[in-house]
This record gives sequence, C-alpha cells and structure tokens, in this order.
Amino acid sequence: MEGKSAVGKTISEKILSTHSGRDASAGNIVIAELDFMMAQDGTAPLAIRSFERMDGTAVAHPERAAFCIDHSAPSPLRAVSDLHDLMRAFASRYGFELNDVGEGVCHQVMLDKGHALPGSLVIGADSHTCTYGAVNAFATGVGSTDLAAGLLSGSLWFKVPETMTVTVSGALGPGVFAKDVALMMVGGITADGATYHALEIGGETISAMGLDGRLTISNLAVEMGAKAGLMEADEKTLTFFRGRTDAALEPVSPDPDARYVEAVEFDVSDLVPQVASPHTVDNVSAVGEVEGTPVAEGLIGTCTNGRLDDLRVAARIVEGGNVAPGVRLIVAPASREVMLGALAEGLIEVFVEAGAVVVPPGCACCVGTHQGVPGDGENVISTANRNFKGRMGNPEAFIYLASPATVAASCLEGRITDPRRHFDKCPVP
Amino acid sequence: MVIKGKAHRFGDDVNTDYIISGRYKFKTLDMNELGRHVMEDLDPEFYERLEKGDFLVAGKNFGCGSSREQAPLALKAAGVACVLAESFARIYFRNSINNGLHALVCDTSGIADGDQLEIDLESGTIGDVTTGAEIDSGPLPGVMRGILSEGGLVEYIKKYGGLVAEREGE
Repeated sequence: MEGKSAVGKTISEKILSTHSGRDASAGNIVIAELDFMMAQDGTAPLAIRSFERMDGTAVAHPERAAFCIDHSAPSPLRAVSDLHDLMRAFASRYGFELNDVGEGVCHQVMLDKGHALPGSLVIGADSHTCTYGAVNAFATGVGSTDLAAGLLSGSLWFKVPETMTVTVSGALGPGVFAKDVALMMVGGITADGATYHALEIGGETISAMGLDGRLTISNLAVEMGAKAGLMEADEKTLTFFRGRTDAALEPVSPDPDARYVEAVEFDVSDLVPQVASPHTVDNVSAVGEVEGTPVAEGLIGTCTNGRLDDLRVAARIVEGGNVAPGVRLIVAPASREVMLGALAEGLIEVFVEAGAVVVPPGCACCVGTHQGVPGDGENVISTANRNFKGRMGNPEAFIYLASPATVAASCLEGRITDPRRHFDKCPVP
Repeated sequence: MVIKGKAHRFGDDVNTDYIISGRYKFKTLDMNELGRHVMEDLDPEFYERLEKGDFLVAGKNFGCGSSREQAPLALKAAGVACVLAESFARIYFRNSINNGLHALVCDTSGIADGDQLEIDLESGTIGDVTTGAEIDSGPLPGVMRGILSEGGLVEYIKKYGGLVAEREGE
C-alpha cells in the first residue's frame, strides 16, 4: 500500500487528527481529546461505578459532560428511582450538567443545548450517539467504562475508522420521508455491512432535506454497524446552532482525494414508503408487502423521529380523524424544546383530539421500560430504530418500524397502511 | 493460559437486547441478578444449562445494537469464560475487553453446540476436542491487549493513571 499520509483525509481522519495532535489515518490508534461526553440512565449508573472503581476524584472537564434521565423517565419503579438519584448526586458532586426527567431524549438534548457541534469529537454511552454525525460531529457510542475513562481523563482511545461514502440522489415523492431513506439504506447495506466503518452520507437528496430528516438518517448508522454517520455542514446546520453556543463553529469537509473503502449510491426518485418487519432492522420491504397487518399500538417519537418535522407530518395525517378502536397511539416529543414547539403550533391538541396519548419528552416505550409495553401477540408500528424481539419489553410482541407518516396512517386504520392513501394530507417533505 | 469448556451455539446478529433485555437492565447494578437472565429471549433455558467456564459461540455481528455494558458483564457473571464469533459489533467488542471478558474473532462455522473446546488465550488458538479441528483467532490491537492483560480498563487506569499511547506497529 502507498504511504497513506500522502493522500487526502476523510472527515473522520481530520477530526481524529486535530483532536489527537497527530497526523492520523484509517487504521491508526489515537488517544484523542473529547469535546463532549454524555451518559443516560441505562448507562450512567455503571459509568459511575467504573469511575469510582478507578478511584476517580475529579471529572477532568465538567463543562464537557452531561447526564440525561430519559430511558425510564419519570421513573416507573423504586429501584430505578434510586439509580436516578445516584446520577443526580454524582453530577452535582462533580459539577456537571444533569438533564432531569422531562428534558427529553439525550441525543436531542445534546443538539438543543449546543453540546454536539460541527467538527467536534463526542462520545455518548448510548449507541445512537452517531445521530450527531448529521451536524458534522464525529460522535460515537461507547460503553459505560469507556465513558468513565473519558470523564476521568478528558480523552479516549480510538481506532481511526475506514470510511464508506453513501450518496443519495433524486427527489422524494409525496408520502416518502427521511425515515424511508434510512430504512432503505439499512436494508441495502444490512445490519453489519458498515461495521467498524464511518459513513460519509451526502448527495442532493440529503442537501435538500431539513436537519430533522438528516438526523433521522445518521441515527440509523449504527443499525448498519457504523461507528459514525457523518454529513458535511451547510447553511442549515450553521443556522441551527445560532443562539445555542458561543463556540466558534469549525465544520470539517473531506479532502477531494480522501481514500474510501467503498462507495454506495442510492437513487430515491422512485422510493416508496418502507417498513422494517420483525425482528431485525434490515428486514426492510415496501409498505405494500405488509399492508393490512393489524396493529394494536403505534409510537411516534424517539431519537429517530421525535422532532418537530416528524410531529408536523403525523399531525397533518391524524388531524380531524380518530385513532382506530382498540389501537393506542403514543406520541413522545423528543425534547422539551420540541414539546414547546409542538404546543405552540397546536400539534399536541391535534394528537389529543384524535385520541392519541401524549407522553413526556423522553424515550417513551421504545426500550421496554415503561409507558406502553405491548401485550402478548400484539403488533406495534413504531418510528423508533430497533425492532428486536423483546425490545419494547415483551418478547411475545412484534415490532414494525416506519416513518411518522406511515405510523400515523396505520393507527387511523388499525392496520399497516401506505401513507400515500392519505396523500391529500401528506405534505411534500 | 488454556481454558476448557463446552460450546453453546448461537447464530448471526445476536444483539445486546437478546444478551440482556432492557426490561431487566434498567432496574439494577447487580450483575449476578442480570446474569440469570442472559440470552433469555433467544433461549429461556440457557442460564440453567450453562456451566461456569463454558463458551458462547456465535456467527457474525455478535453484540450489535445498544451500547449496554451490562451485556458482557452479565455474560461474565453468568459464568461465560469467552465469546467466540465470526465478527463483533464494535461497541460490544470494546465493552467486553474493557471488562476482561475475552472475545475471539475466528471461523466458528465448524463448532457445533455441545462441542468441548480448549482455548489458549495467549496464542488465541482454539482446539475443538470433539471434532479435532484447530482454529486460529485474529490478533487484538496492542491497546486492547494491554487492557485485557490488566483484567480490564478499570484496573488498567488504576495502574497507569490514564490511557498510554502505544508504540507504532503494535
């Protein structure tokens, strides 16, 4: 192989070079300084335990750390309440940010509060930390002990990943959204098709998309095994951060001669709404193939699809209609800011009038701890990112993943429904 | 060190929800309690059949999904001595090494459920006593070997005070 340092760099190579103070290329192991680190209530308690076992007495950079209580929030159980208290006490003792019950899903909070910035290096003790790749952050999920090492030292070791490019072209038709693009990608690349790689996702479809849709796509990067799901920053990205941070934004673009391991291209001009059927995320088909499957529960929300654009689309579809008898439609705005936006626009009223249940900002029933565990044999249609057996708390339930439009239309009809049947109410993205 | 035990066979894409379900892991930090529920949604009798020191043998992409470190911790608490797989999802792989649970990348296609295995942890060589086959596993990055040799990242940090830059070429 020719000398790698002679060629240009990918986004990952650039961010890991600047943060490690060395000229890093794919395959190198670097120790890099972290710009931000986060843990949630499923992972923070173990991180605290590891930190204490390391004899930690100080957090290196309290201004770069946050905990979020979102996965079981408000607490459904006494034992969980104790773990939440452990998190509150630790954050208070070491002087860093604690986002308590009601602030929202950790990933949306990291964006709303301007913690995950373009060109930055972020770790989170949650696999969907890759979401912030959509705003050009090299952001990746780690375990609790890695997070503890980050809190203690301010840095962490990384293997600089190889990068795959994913280029998306074509205009999305009515009723087809970012989630459909993301599911199509997972179906095409498969659950381990990008393992250990970073993705650089771009193309005219991504450029035309709003930030909310881009975040949906980067959110699913880990469902292909990827370490990061990076996009270049543009005017939309920079506008989002206006007023959220005082830091100078330093977006990173790849060099024209950067070296990639693979280039994948998708044309979405003829894409139809997609559904991932039980029990793997890459079990993806056109909605038509599963249309008519009865559903007992719907979930609109999560770090995948709980943002304002998602709620707008879903509200347009359910407005004036009624959730079908025997169906529960659960709506969970991704954060307090999203909730306030939805209230201001009258979306919450639309959901409640249609018979939906609106729950506090947070992870809702996505991870099976509370707020809507499905019953035996029930089918759920959800905007979340995982449909593993047992994921929502019951191994006897069946989870289908789809866009907010498809979930909303399906809950009106009581069976999986192509949202284009509600074409007149389905806004062009 | 050579360790011996029985193979428990699983397929591809065993995710961390299957290793330890979210309906248990949010409630407790007691890994012995979580250990009783490992692999439950795939095989409700797994914990009953597992003997201390046994091996979990899987296909590709073992440990995909959530970042929960309870996955390797609960496997370790249940008595699993090592996981062998064609490939591992990256967060799980780091978590496993960080907690001193060996994870070997190797060709597992010839290993059947119930096979007796002998694993030389230094050389990474796996002997299938039942079939007589010998299987090699791939090398770990130097930084991971260092963490594993201390028994995990906590012990490593306590010893070195932080992460130590490894020499090039390792």
